[in-house]
Amino acid sequence: MTASTAQFVNIGERTNVTGSAKFKKLVMAGDYAQAVEVARQQVEAGAQVIDVNMDEGLLDAEAAMTTFLKLIAAEPDIARVPVMVDSSKWSVIEAGLKCVSGKPIVNSISMKEGEEPFLDQARRCMAYGAAVVVMAFDEVGQADTRERKVEICTRAYKLLCGIGFPPEDIIFDPNIFAVATGIEEHNNYAVDFIEACRDIKAACPHVHISGGLSNLSFSFRGNEPVRRAMHSVFLYHAIPAGMDMAIVNAGQLDVYDTIDPELRQGCEDVILNRDLGATERLIALAEKFKGGDAVAEKAAQEWRGWDVRKRLEHALVKGIDAHIVDDTEEARQAHARPIEVIEGPLMDGMNVVGDLFGSGKMFLPQVVKSARVMKKAVAHLLPYIEAEKSAGARSKGRIVMATVKGDVHDIGKNIVGVVLQCNGFEVVDLGVMVPWAKILEAANENDADMIGLSGLITPSLDEMVTVAEEMSRAKMTMPLLIGGATTSKVHTALRIAPAYDGPVVHVLDASRAVGVATTLVSETGRDAYVANVAADYQAVRDSRAGKGANELLPLAEARARGFAADMALKAPAAARPGVHRFDDWPLEDLRGHIDWTPFFRAWELAGTYPAILQDEVVGESATNLYADAQGMLDRIVGEKWLTARGVAALWPCRREGDDVVLGSGERFPFLRQQINKREGRANMCLADFVDPAGDWMGGFAVGIHGIEPHLERYKANHDDYNDILLKALADRLAEAFAEALHRHVRTTLWGYAPDEQLTNEALIREQYRGIRPAPGYPACPEHSLKRTLFELLDAEGAAGLTLTDSFAMLPTAAVSGFYFGHAQAEYFGVARIGRDQVEDYAQRRGVSVEQAERWLRPNLD
Amino acid sequence: MGIRAKLLTEAEKRILLTDGAFGTEIQNWRLDEAAYAGDLGLSHDQKGNNDILAITKPEVPEAITRAYLEAGSDIVSTNTFSANRISQADYAAEHLVREINVASARIARELADEFEAKDGRPRFVAGAIGPTNKTLSLSPDVNDPGYREIDFDYLKGVYREQIDALVEGGADFVLIETVFDTLNAKAGIMAALEAGWAAHRDLPIMLSMTLTDLSGRNLSGHTVEAFWHAVRHARPITIGLNCSFGAEQLRPHVRTLSQVADTLIMVYPNAGLPNELGAYDEAPATTAGLVGEWAVAGQVNVLGGCCGSTPAHIKAIADKVAGLEPRRVCRPEVRTRLAGLEPFTMAA
Repeated sequence: MTASTAQFVNIGERTNVTGSAKFKKLVMAGDYAQAVEVARQQVEAGAQVIDVNMDEGLLDAEAAMTTFLKLIAAEPDIARVPVMVDSSKWSVIEAGLKCVSGKPIVNSISMKEGEEPFLDQARRCMAYGAAVVVMAFDEVGQADTRERKVEICTRAYKLLCGIGFPPEDIIFDPNIFAVATGIEEHNNYAVDFIEACRDIKAACPHVHISGGLSNLSFSFRGNEPVRRAMHSVFLYHAIPAGMDMAIVNAGQLDVYDTIDPELRQGCEDVILNRDLGATERLIALAEKFKGGDAVAEKAAQEWRGWDVRKRLEHALVKGIDAHIVDDTEEARQAHARPIEVIEGPLMDGMNVVGDLFGSGKMFLPQVVKSARVMKKAVAHLLPYIEAEKSAGARSKGRIVMATVKGDVHDIGKNIVGVVLQCNGFEVVDLGVMVPWAKILEAANENDADMIGLSGLITPSLDEMVTVAEEMSRAKMTMPLLIGGATTSKVHTALRIAPAYDGPVVHVLDASRAVGVATTLVSETGRDAYVANVAADYQAVRDSRAGKGANELLPLAEARARGFAADMALKAPAAARPGVHRFDDWPLEDLRGHIDWTPFFRAWELAGTYPAILQDEVVGESATNLYADAQGMLDRIVGEKWLTARGVAALWPCRREGDDVVLGSGERFPFLRQQINKREGRANMCLADFVDPAGDWMGGFAVGIHGIEPHLERYKANHDDYNDILLKALADRLAEAFAEALHRHVRTTLWGYAPDEQLTNEALIREQYRGIRPAPGYPACPEHSLKRTLFELLDAEGAAGLTLTDSFAMLPTAAVSGFYFGHAQAEYFGVARIGRDQVEDYAQRRGVSVEQAERWLRPNLD
Repeated sequence: MGIRAKLLTEAEKRILLTDGAFGTEIQNWRLDEAAYAGDLGLSHDQKGNNDILAITKPEVPEAITRAYLEAGSDIVSTNTFSANRISQADYAAEHLVREINVASARIARELADEFEAKDGRPRFVAGAIGPTNKTLSLSPDVNDPGYREIDFDYLKGVYREQIDALVEGGADFVLIETVFDTLNAKAGIMAALEAGWAAHRDLPIMLSMTLTDLSGRNLSGHTVEAFWHAVRHARPITIGLNCSFGAEQLRPHVRTLSQVADTLIMVYPNAGLPNELGAYDEAPATTAGLVGEWAVAGQVNVLGGCCGSTPAHIKAIADKVAGLEPRRVCRPEVRTRLAGLEPFTMAA
């Protein structure tokens, strides 16, 4: 419902003078412009709330607080998130509240001075419209034991509710204290906190629990690896107990599972206070891990001593963006004109990347990271170049790229765009759902050297033909490049190339794009290449025409040879008929259902997961990509970036010819194979799996919502790598959702396989009973059925899914389809069909033959 | 029965009507400078100071309010959009703030009581508080983004002076309307809360945001939902949208608000968008047709008009929604709902 929701909230602490030395220095020096940048980076890095604290003895904290809050109010990128007004002085908090326009959090108030001042401050917070952090602190002092924490918090809760304070706006901070201090009384502090969380959540409905993590590991200051591990282990136990907020630098947390097992055990023993020797053991262990970071850091820092040209190359090849702006600036000062930095060291570095990629020594994920670094460098130089008002360097060529009208898929297009940019091409990316008129207009306006079209769903093939026809009508001559999952050389040769007089080239994947584009802009190679491709496509057309293709059976005969399913093996009636909605399927569960092989394929890394991680050639690249994907999944799941919404339904039905008719009267007409198969092989149709005497079928639609703000953030940061990574992961989560939901249907909702026990690998290999074919895919290739399916499911209302004119689903990461439960049901491809079936289908579907032909075009050629 | 309960009881029975525009109606009287100034002997030209008419030419706001009541308004607002110390300073009339507000509230109160006595149907008076022409969230100086012309406490004091006078004159509610800056509204809320505490009475607040772009944000940048999160502590008796665009453009935002706000929804749009001469020419039937769709969809509790609307518009809306079910107030789950410019909701 809301734009942003979160399970566990990380509160950024870098705009806190007590937590960040850098921020303190900036504020003390009055450098508020830079201080604002700290806030911006924090929000860009994903902070959901930013903590602002100016409690420093030498500062006028009230003035600093109001100045800073007014400044960030003027920055929409920062002001979009709520603020935590943090001070130990009420006067500073109140000054801050007068500058905050949204609904902030006050951090903190307590009963330290007694009930009256506490309630008075709470009333003020209510009148300003703020949530509030209440410290577990009373007239006696700070709560240390579980009992004291619970006692103080429940007392505060009752007092606050008594004055009408909304309980959901109360956040308790029951004090995280240092453990492993050597003082025995401190040993149980973490346990006290964790257990108190449970008690407080149970006693005080609707409240939240927060805490400052850095105290916990205070004994190990200077030893970051151990501190990080302690924080992660602590959260691992405190979050299930009810802690749902923490002031922490998200970058300084390790993934629990990736902590060295020995260190993790050591931390766990200390935090859970398992025995008296735990502290001693962790101290001994800490020595071992102390150097860990330092050694690696030293090696990593060595390249920083090289000359700037070498450093830029290194940063580009390794995809390191940490120093790129500084290094670019240094190079700029060393060159007469800023453009020379691009034409010189940066292009040299990208040429190295291009060579490594071309020779198979670098892989797509790494190249995309390089591109991110390049974009940042260029972004730094652009203002200087514009100030100089030079004509700028002429790129190798300019290409206008678009995903065609009706289609919303752009991962592949973006990858090709990045690779081309890496190789010196200028890419004008028009985005998705682009009508032909806009493509032509952009090509003319930008004086493009070529146009690249992309599409994933089959109706896009027709749209590409339209673009080609319109280019002809406009008397254009520039080359037209065709790419995307459903495109093929055959389709390009048969249908697109004849529609356009200029060169038309099908580009198989991103790695070929550079070669094709480079040849097409080269004065010497172009004509020969274009002639070659044209001849090749002519050969494709000739062979198709000559062969006359496979013989097709008349529809009546194909029906007679249909699959005779044994209706003794049909699934029983659905256990829970009707429509079932899932508003927020746990992402953690979907994570376990991910099929990783297609993920690597999206990045053009060939191989099967998990073997691909050990692969001799692409193993390292795949491993790094996989680690980045896991890191992003941690955040997607932990910070609830995305929401999985879906709907499934089970309907009584019966078969009528090649249609399946639901109890409610709705009709799904299906298509039958017409290829003349050898003896004994049936001509399949999905209707064959349904009993004419009465049966059940189902439908589903699932989608992954909420990706947009994160993509916008990456876009603003010139970060194609994470942009593509997130989209690819969202696609995987949608597929995983379809898998998980299908299992739930089999075991529970339909319930024909209540005892099914399959591993994820077995699920991926589809070793279960029943199928879930999707409209637009081989077994039911006609996309428009999605419209009917969506209406029956109320997919828009139930799962927030909509369809474009070409039946592409929005959000892009979505899956929909039918359920068939017959034990003999299997996937197949309808493939080519005859005109008799098109006419029959048009009649069954209630549309004109022309309309049916348009929908079935890919099955007619 | 307290005034809050009284309005809620009426709102359960039917869709209520508030009134329409004052400014564009006053223009029809074609008053000259002398009519505005009366015999107050003020140094500045008062032409255009619509609010001062309550003391210099009270028959004008009286006639307009009467026309709205005759057209079917259940709630009439006071003609006090600019009757605050900041706006009145432009006319050198800031010393008259109390007098204008008291007089305006009395006009509305007397007429409301007269109509209620006539037919027994409850009528209400909303004391209207405009946003002033200063903003707490934005700097007027592009080179100094941290600069503000006024501060929170000053603005709160300005509002308090106006609210106290409106209450003295008999207003039932404080209507903080045309909110282009959410922080200004928060200062107004605090002033109203404090005024209520000082008077030892429940002084219900009505809030109405105005959008400045079609994506659904106000000038300080808040989305409709973020605005709701930021002002919910006021326990407003109505929340809604007014001015800015016509009904057509407000449609998606009314829907959003009606789904999230657990209080009455009040919307009073302009009569379309102004034409090139600055006049509004959306016909009453057109406006009524557009806002009627929200009523049919169960998204609103109170309807009315803003700039360009007339008693004829209110009459047309009243006829359109007569007999339609009012929106049922939604009951969203208990969640911690915070806001920057965008809403942020924590899981349970």
